[in-house]
Amino acid sequence: MLSTITFLPLIGALIVAVLPRSAGRAIRIVAVLASLAAFVASLSALAGFDMAQAGYQFVESQQWIPQYNIGYKLGVDGISIWLMMLTTLMFPIVIAVSPGAIREREKEYYALMLLMETATLGVFLALDMFLFYVFWEFALVPMYFIIGVWGGERRVYASVKFFIYTMAGSALMLVAILFMGVSGGTFDLERLAAQNSLWSANTLLFLAFAIAFVIKVPLFPFHSWLPDAHTEAPTPGSVILAAVLLKMGAYGLIRFNLSLFPEASRQLAPLMIALAVIGILYGAIVAFAQSDAKRLIAYSSVSHMGYIVLGIFSLNQLGVQGALLQMINHGLSTGGLFMVVGYLYERRHTREMARFGGVWAKMPLYGALALILVLSSVGLPALNGFVGEFVILQGAFQANQLWTAFAALGMVLSAVYLLTFYQKIFLGESRDPANEKLTDITWREALAVAPLIVLCFVIGLYSLPFFSAMSASVNSLLGAAGMVMR
Amino acid sequence: MNQLLFISPILFPLLGVLVNATLGKHMSEKAVGWLASLLVVASFAVSLTLFAQLGGAPEAERLTWGAINLGIPWIQAGALTVPFGFLIDPLSATMMLVVTGVGALIHIYSIGYMHSDPRYARFFVYLNLFVASMLVLVMADSFLLMFVGWELVGLCSYLLIGFWFTNIKNAEAGRKAFVVNRIGDVAFILGILLTFVTFGALTFAEVFAGVARGGESVQAAVAAITLLLFIGATGKSAQIPLHVWLPDAMAGPTPVSALIHAATMVTAGIYMMARAHVMFEAAPSTQAIVAIVGALTALVAGYTALTQFDIKRVLAYSTISQLGFMVAAAGLGAYVAAMFHLVTHAFFKALLFLAAGSVIHAMQHHGHHHPADPQDMRNMGGLRAKLPLTFVVFLIGGLALAGVPPLAGFFSKDEIVLDALKHNLPVFVLLTVSAIFTAFYVGRQLVMVFFGQPRTDMARNAHESPAIMTAPLVALAALTVLGGALNLPGVGTLGYWLSPAVGEFKTHPLDVGVAGLFTLIALGGLAAGWLVYRNAFTTPDLTDPLSRLGPLYALSKNAWYLDALYQAVVVRGFYTLSSFLASVLDLGGIDGIVNGMGRLARGAAGWLRRAQAGFVRAYGLMMLIGVVALVTYFLIAGANAR
Repeated sequence: MLSTITFLPLIGALIVAVLPRSAGRAIRIVAVLASLAAFVASLSALAGFDMAQAGYQFVESQQWIPQYNIGYKLGVDGISIWLMMLTTLMFPIVIAVSPGAIREREKEYYALMLLMETATLGVFLALDMFLFYVFWEFALVPMYFIIGVWGGERRVYASVKFFIYTMAGSALMLVAILFMGVSGGTFDLERLAAQNSLWSANTLLFLAFAIAFVIKVPLFPFHSWLPDAHTEAPTPGSVILAAVLLKMGAYGLIRFNLSLFPEASRQLAPLMIALAVIGILYGAIVAFAQSDAKRLIAYSSVSHMGYIVLGIFSLNQLGVQGALLQMINHGLSTGGLFMVVGYLYERRHTREMARFGGVWAKMPLYGALALILVLSSVGLPALNGFVGEFVILQGAFQANQLWTAFAALGMVLSAVYLLTFYQKIFLGESRDPANEKLTDITWREALAVAPLIVLCFVIGLYSLPFFSAMSASVNSLLGAAGMVMR
Repeated sequence: MNQLLFISPILFPLLGVLVNATLGKHMSEKAVGWLASLLVVASFAVSLTLFAQLGGAPEAERLTWGAINLGIPWIQAGALTVPFGFLIDPLSATMMLVVTGVGALIHIYSIGYMHSDPRYARFFVYLNLFVASMLVLVMADSFLLMFVGWELVGLCSYLLIGFWFTNIKNAEAGRKAFVVNRIGDVAFILGILLTFVTFGALTFAEVFAGVARGGESVQAAVAAITLLLFIGATGKSAQIPLHVWLPDAMAGPTPVSALIHAATMVTAGIYMMARAHVMFEAAPSTQAIVAIVGALTALVAGYTALTQFDIKRVLAYSTISQLGFMVAAAGLGAYVAAMFHLVTHAFFKALLFLAAGSVIHAMQHHGHHHPADPQDMRNMGGLRAKLPLTFVVFLIGGLALAGVPPLAGFFSKDEIVLDALKHNLPVFVLLTVSAIFTAFYVGRQLVMVFFGQPRTDMARNAHESPAIMTAPLVALAALTVLGGALNLPGVGTLGYWLSPAVGEFKTHPLDVGVAGLFTLIALGGLAAGWLVYRNAFTTPDLTDPLSRLGPLYALSKNAWYLDALYQAVVVRGFYTLSSFLASVLDLGGIDGIVNGMGRLARGAAGWLRRAQAGFVRAYGLMMLIGVVALVTYFLIAGANAR
C-alpha cells in the first residue's frame, strides 16, 4: 500500500521521461494522472487507518543492504498520516496549475516534480534511517533544479544558496545516522528508538539532526535561504516548498529528535523555544518591510513555522498535536497564498505590491478567495490557523508562560503585515494603468485553490478527526520519551 | 430538534450569508435586502420565543434551562476539550433580543440607505455575518467559543469599515480597527490560556465553579486573568488607551456605525465582564482598575466630542464616552446598571446614528456633486424644516443621551452615577463632569444641524428620507421613549430578571437629589450648548466659539493628541524597527555572514570553479557526488570498525 502510494509518482516520472519532448499535452496529462493516482491511493490508506492505534500501520519491511543492516521499511502512524495526505493533495493541485508558470522544458519539469513527490512521501513514510536519508536528499535535488532552471532573475544565486544550505545541514545528519546505525547495529528507526537510552542525552547527536531539520524548517537564524528560494522559484516550486518541503524539517524534529534524544530534547528545549519565539516575532517584523509579495509571504513562513517549533519543544500533548495540525494548516494557507500570488504574477509579471492596488474591484472572486487565505494565515477563529495556533499556545503556556506571551504577540504582528499585504494589492485605487486589463480568475484557477480553502474551513470548524488520528501516536511518542502527558 | 431551535437564531443569518454571497449578484436589490432583513427578523422572533420560554421556567432553573451542547467537540486535543456549547440564560437572552431586534431594524433601514450601491449584496452578506457572529459571542458557553464570536465580529467590523475600499482611507481605518482590536485580543487569549492552566476547563460553568472552589488559592491567578480579559475589553469596547480605532471606524456606511460601532459589537466587553462577573468579583484589584478606566474614558471621550465638526465623529466619541459609563458600572460591580445602560444606549445611539445617516443621505442625494463635506455640521443648519421627522427622532435620541427624564438614557445613567456616589467618589466626579460635557455637545449638535438657516446648497436642497429608512427610526424612537420602563427605580424589572446570571440585585427608589442634579446638568448643558452655538455659524467658514479657549480647545479638537502620539511612537517606531531588521540585520547581518562564508568557500575552491567555469548545475552535481562518496566511505569504515 505505502510503496504504491510512494512510487506511483515515480512511475509517472518514468513515463514522462520516455515520452517525446513535443508531446507536451500528453506529458501534462500523465503527470496529473500519476499524482492523482497517488492521492486516491492515499485516501484508501486513510480510510483503512486505525485512529486508535499508536504504532505504525501498513508497515512494509524487507532487507535492502543486509551487510550493513539497512532495510527498506515504510509505515505510517498518527504523526505522519496527515503529512502524507498533505503531500498527495498538494502535488496534483500544483501540477494542475503548472502550465501557467512553466512554458519550457516541460518534460524535465514534470519528471522532476513527480520524482520530488516520491521522495517527499518517502521522507514521511520511511522507517529506516538510511532509507530516510536517501529520500531526504532526493527531495532536495529536484527542487534545486526547479529553482535553478525555471526560476526568476536571480535563480542561480537562490538555487545555489538553497543547495549549499541544506546540504551543509544534511551532511551532519548523515554522519550522525551512520554513527548511530553502525554502533546500534541497525538503521531501523523503531529499534533505535526503543534503545534510545544509548543516546538519549547526547546533545551532539541531537544537534547533528536538529541542524539539518531547523535549516529546512527554517528556524531563526537559519532562514536566510528561504526568502531567496521562495521568491526566485516558479510558482509551483514556491507552493511545494512552503506546503511540503518545510514540513520535512518539522517532521524530522518530532520523529527523530524527540523520540531518539528525549533527554537532550529536554535540555535544549529552552534554546529551541527561545529561537522559535524570536523567529515568530522576527519573521513577522521583517515581513512587514517587504515590497515583494512573495518575499513577504516567505518571511511570514519564518514566523509561522516558529509556532510549530514552539509547539514541538513544549514537549507536551497539546504542543506537539498543535504543531502537527499547524503543519497542515500552514501547508494549506501559505501554499494557497503562493498560488494566488502566482495567479497575479502570471497576469502582470511583477510581484511588487506598489504596482497593484484596487485589485479586488477588478477581480471580485479572486479578492474574496485571497482574503480567506489571508485570514486563515492571520489565525482568524473558524478558520484552520486559529485552532492550530491556540492549541500550540496552550501547550507552550504550560511549558513556559513568558515566552508564550511573547509568541502571542505574533498574533498582532501577523494581522499587521498580512492586512497590509492585502491592502496594498487589493484595496484602495489602482496605482498602475496596467491593472486596468486584469480579469478575474478562471474557473480552473478557482477550482485549483478551492480544495485548500474548503479544508481551511473544515479544519477550523471540525478539527476533531485531525486531532483524533494523531493523538494515540503522539501520546505514545511522548510517553516513551518520558515526557509530560498533558 | 430542540438544539436546532436553540441555535437557529445563529443559523438564519448564516443562511442569508450563503444565499446572498453565492446568488446575490443575480438577485434584485429588493430580494437581497429583504431576504437578509427577514432572516434577522426570524432570528428575533425565535429569540423572543426562547426569551418567553426562559421566563416561564422557574427562576432557579434559568441558568441551566438553555444549556445546549451540540455533542461534537470543536477542539479536542490532549486534556483540552472545547465543545460547541451554547447557553441561553437571562443575560444572553437579553442580549439576543438587543442584537436581533436592533439588528433587524438596521437591516431594514439599510435596504433604503444602500440603494444603488454597486456592492449591495456584499453589504448584506457582511451584515448578516455580523449578526451571526455576534450571536455566537453572546450565546457561547465557554471563553474560547466566545472568543470565536469576538474575533469574527472584529472581522465584520474590518470588512464593513472598509466597505468602500477603493478609497484607501476607508481601507486604512478598517485595518487600524482590526490591529488595535488584536492587541486587546492577545490579552484575551493569554487570559484564556491562564484560565485553562488554572482551572483545567474553559466553559463558564466549570471555570466559575473552580473560582468558588479555589478560594484563596486561585486569587492571584484570577486577578491576572481578569486583568487580561479586561485589556481584551478595552480593545473591543474602545476604552483608553485602545479607543483610537472607533472614531476612524466611522468611515464605514452609517448603518454599520449604528449597529456595530454603537449598539452591539462595542458593548461586547461589557457583556463579557457581566458574564464573567464571578471572576471579576473575586478580583477587587482588577475591579478598581476597570472602574477608573471606564470613568476616565467617559471623561476623555466626552471632552473630545465637544469640538468635533463631523456629525458622526461627535456620535463616535459620545459612544466611547457612554461605553465608559458602562465599563465604570461593571467596575463598581453594578452589572445590572451596566447592562441597563447597554440596552438603552443601544436604542438611543442606534437611533442617533441612523438619524445622522438620514441627514447625510439627505445632504448627499440632492446636490449634483459635493463641493463640501456632507458630514460636516458647519455645512448643515436649518434641517429642522427640511427633515421634520428625522429632526424629531434625532431630538428624542439627543435628549435621551443628554439624560433628560423620562427618556431611557436618564434612568440608566442615573443608576450608574447613584452607584458611583455610594461606592467610589472619584468615579462619581469623573462621570458627573462627563455628563455635563454630554449635554453640552448634544445641545451643540442639535443647534448646528437642525436650527438656524441652511448654510450650504446641500442643506438647502435636503429632503426627508424614504419610509423604509424613517420607519426604523420611529421604532427606535419609541424604544428610546419607553426603554426606561425596563428598570424603573423601585421596580427593577430588568435587574431581577438578570440577577440569576449577574449576581444579587436589589432595586432602590428614585434618589431625588441625584436625579434632580442630573436633570439640571442635562438641561443646563443643553441650554449652554444652545446659547454658545445659536449664532455661532451663520456661514460655514466661521471659527468655533470654543476656540477662544486656546490650548484647551486644541486638546479636545485633537483628541488629546493620542493618535499623533501613537503615530509618532508606535507606528514610526515599528516602521523603523522593521526596516532596520529587514535591511541591516537580515540582509546585511545574517545573510551577509552566509554569503561571506559562501565566498570564502568558493575562494578556497577556486580551482574547482575554474574547472567548472562556474557552471552551477555541475557545481551542485559535485556536491552530490561528494555526499555519495562520504556515504560510501562511512559505510565501509563503519563496517570495518565493527
